[in-house]
Amino acid sequence: MNLHAIRAIYLFEMHRTWRTIMQSIISPVISTSLYFVVFGSAIGGRIPEISGVPYGAFIVPGLVMLSLLTQSISNASFGIYFPKFTGTIYELLSAPVSYLEIVIAYVGAAASKSIILGVIILATAALFVPLRIEHPFIMVLFLVLTAVTFSLFGFIIGIWADGFEKLQLVPLMIVTPLTFLGGSFYSIDMLPPFWRVVTLFNPVLYLVSGFRWSFYGLSDVHIGTSLGMTAVFLVVCIFIVRWMFKTGYRLKS
Amino acid sequence: MSSAISVSSLFKTYGSGFEALKNINLDIRHGEIFALLGPNGAGKTTLISTICGIVNPTSGTILADGHDIQKEYRAARTKIGLVPQELTTDAFETVWNTVSFSRGLFGKPFNPAHIEKILKELSLWDKKDNKIITLSGGMKRRVMIAKALSHEPEILFLDEPTAGVDVELRRDMWNVVRALRESGVTIILTTHYIEEAEQMADRIGVISKGEIVLVEEKSELMRSLGKKQLRLQLQEEHKSIPAALAKYGLELAPSGGELIYSYDAHEEKTGIAALLKDLEKAGMGFNDIQTKQSSLEEIFVNLVKERT
Ligand SMILES: Nc1ncnc2c1ncn2[C@@H]1O[C@H](COP(=O)(O)OP(=O)(O)OP(=O)(O)O)[C@@H](O)[C@H]1O
Ligand SMILES: [Mg+2]
Repeated sequence: MNLHAIRAIYLFEMHRTWRTIMQSIISPVISTSLYFVVFGSAIGGRIPEISGVPYGAFIVPGLVMLSLLTQSISNASFGIYFPKFTGTIYELLSAPVSYLEIVIAYVGAAASKSIILGVIILATAALFVPLRIEHPFIMVLFLVLTAVTFSLFGFIIGIWADGFEKLQLVPLMIVTPLTFLGGSFYSIDMLPPFWRVVTLFNPVLYLVSGFRWSFYGLSDVHIGTSLGMTAVFLVVCIFIVRWMFKTGYRLKS
Repeated sequence: MSSAISVSSLFKTYGSGFEALKNINLDIRHGEIFALLGPNGAGKTTLISTICGIVNPTSGTILADGHDIQKEYRAARTKIGLVPQELTTDAFETVWNTVSFSRGLFGKPFNPAHIEKILKELSLWDKKDNKIITLSGGMKRRVMIAKALSHEPEILFLDEPTAGVDVELRRDMWNVVRALRESGVTIILTTHYIEEAEQMADRIGVISKGEIVLVEEKSELMRSLGKKQLRLQLQEEHKSIPAALAKYGLELAPSGGELIYSYDAHEEKTGIAALLKDLEKAGMGFNDIQTKQSSLEEIFVNLVKERT
């Protein structure tokens, strides 16, 4: 293991975050606060409780997940796309590092950032609504697992993208809709039967449901299913990254 | 003893179908300065990029100090430093950070003393806390050299290190290169300034259209291909060369005041003695006499011309 390299890349990436602290941390916190104002206070006033949990508190896990997903993807995709774009990737490709080390460093940095962000958002949320975390261990596990999985997914997008449009396409066209339709702001029990079944094909549902369970013991699907689905997605991403590095896909000509 | 770099039967066809390298066989010796020359698009950068792991070879094998660059990439790459042709740097990072990063990336523990030494050698020390975006092009080039040297490579590739660099900096750069060679580093460089290759290199390789056309000791190359010229400053200006001197293939400079005789210095009879006698007979006196060895540039231009 080239630990010096992992450390160098990790610190370099984290340093980039501090440099761009506004985009990295502050803007997601502001947008989450806006969600609270709009969904929690304005609309939430009309939906008093879901299974005994006040609506404002009910949406917290979904909101954290929304930020965690989008930030993991954008952090990681940008982290690897940027050196490709500027050409500094030459150094990474010519260095004595394995693809595993590159992935650990980049994905680790992106995941760290979004976990820090998730915690900040959670703390912000606690200012607005009373929070209760029934299964803190599972909560942390979900936080980390989701951050890692979607940072890896973002890393794949960053390698695949050959222009800034593509870099934004997936988060914008796929991830945000999936999150909104994945039960972040409602329980799927509130949907008509047909849409409930459709929603079961949305992978984000399993994340939000599992995460919410760790807070309130409430879930749309079983917690084991949630963990299992996340793990499956993680493994799929690992195989894609492996293939990309083996073939040099969009990294080497 | 194995070579510093050993390339055998290397082919590279880009995704577009373009054959950039055709059966390259090349051995670079330990501790030498090897200059790779060739016109634009010849494949110099492709060859270097393939050796350094940035471009996938289509077929063939490459060893760096005996290590296969694909199967033992870690051992091979640890030895190699690369300064690419394109100026690509992390614009918003400081010089110090970006150079320290390179050292870590190549698996070496942080060593501020070494980084300080390199930055000082490359006259970058007073810029160490500046963001790279604020530096001039020549300084950015030096930052890239500093990055490559940060991890103490045994084999250093310099792809046109002096493109867009002023005279003074170029001289500094060559001093650094010479010092590296003294310390045992093998150096492979490309340049379009042939006088640089002529001054610096131990051996010269010429690549044209993806093929190695020639690899030769520089001195040998200059000797075997080098034509010499004898230039005579005439006492009076002449309009034409007397018929009696036709067999020498002389040239008259446009001014009419200088006579040029080309000969091969390795022939037993260079013909100089006979020429001087015949000049006297023809009544052409001269004031001064010079001989000049043809430069690498002329050799190079001739070589590439022959092939096209
Ligand atoms: N990624 C690529 N895809 C397709 N063709 C390429 C690619 N990179 C280089 N080439 C082609 O390969 C040939 C060799 O290019 P290369 O950059 O190796 O030349 P060079 O000898 O370094 O030239 P120069 O002196 O201009 O730097 C050129 O014809 C170039 O167009
Ligand atoms: Mg080139």
